[in-house]
Amino acid sequence: MALLLALGFSSCKQKDADVQAAVETKMKANADASDVMVTVNDGVATLSGVVKDDATKTAIVSAAKDVKGVKNVVDNTSIAEAMTVAPPVIAADDPLMNNVMDATKDYPGVNATVTDGVVMVNGTISAANWKKLKMRLDGLNPKRVDGTQLTIK
Amino acid sequence: MTNLETKYKPLTDAATSAGVQDLLVREQDGVLYINGVAPSGAVKDSLWNVYGQIDPNFLSGDVVMDVNTSVDASVTQVKVVTESSNLNIRKGPGTDQQIVGKAAHGEVITLVSQSNEQWWLVRTKDGEEGYAYAQYLSAEL
Repeated sequence: MALLLALGFSSCKQKDADVQAAVETKMKANADASDVMVTVNDGVATLSGVVKDDATKTAIVSAAKDVKGVKNVVDNTSIAEAMTVAPPVIAADDPLMNNVMDATKDYPGVNATVTDGVVMVNGTISAANWKKLKMRLDGLNPKRVDGTQLTIK
Repeated sequence: MTNLETKYKPLTDAATSAGVQDLLVREQDGVLYINGVAPSGAVKDSLWNVYGQIDPNFLSGDVVMDVNTSVDASVTQVKVVTESSNLNIRKGPGTDQQIVGKAAHGEVITLVSQSNEQWWLVRTKDGEEGYAYAQYLSAEL
């Protein structure tokens, strides 16, 4: 009897391990849930870890339920905090133009125009001075600094 | 990682390893925006050198790098770091403003306020107070 129980127990464990492997394969297939950890006990699959969003949660629970041998799914996953990175601040043209005028004034031979945040620089300048000017212009929150019209001496 | 991020990875890696604070690297419409606060002027210079190695003469126009040196609020003295000329001190923040004084190249003057990013309020030895272009002022005396 004890032997039978032990056999039953071990085969049940074996089955859980197989089911767990199958569920893990399904999780790995979903890029948004590849870090999810799976444990299976008596056919109950427990999912834990961090997933991308609600839709992923729903998808992985249903994917786990579809695995043969899974009787139930316990979803302990949490949703990753959205990485909200503020977009770059682009200066409005008028203040940008004023600042660009201030920045370029010390470099005779250089002209700059501003259109939709893009600073277009033209004229002739030494490489060393262009580096200094570019440093300044980059500090004015431009969308882009275009020096392709410049002649670098 | 996008092509642009890969292209400038040596630059952003250098910024990270040099201890640039609040480093923010964002890509938008084909331009990589690199922002942060450098621990020193030397670090800022070295980052611009790395940038120049990747994009000779900074002509690609695919990076806007605004990595400035932090000037602590407690700093009250700054040095005039013009090429060689005197630094104009103006009534208000802007080159259209009337010149109210001048500070000599290399002179150390009093920093009153950094409330405006581009123009700092300063006071000369003679007590003239006005706005000077921040790029020409250095906290490293």
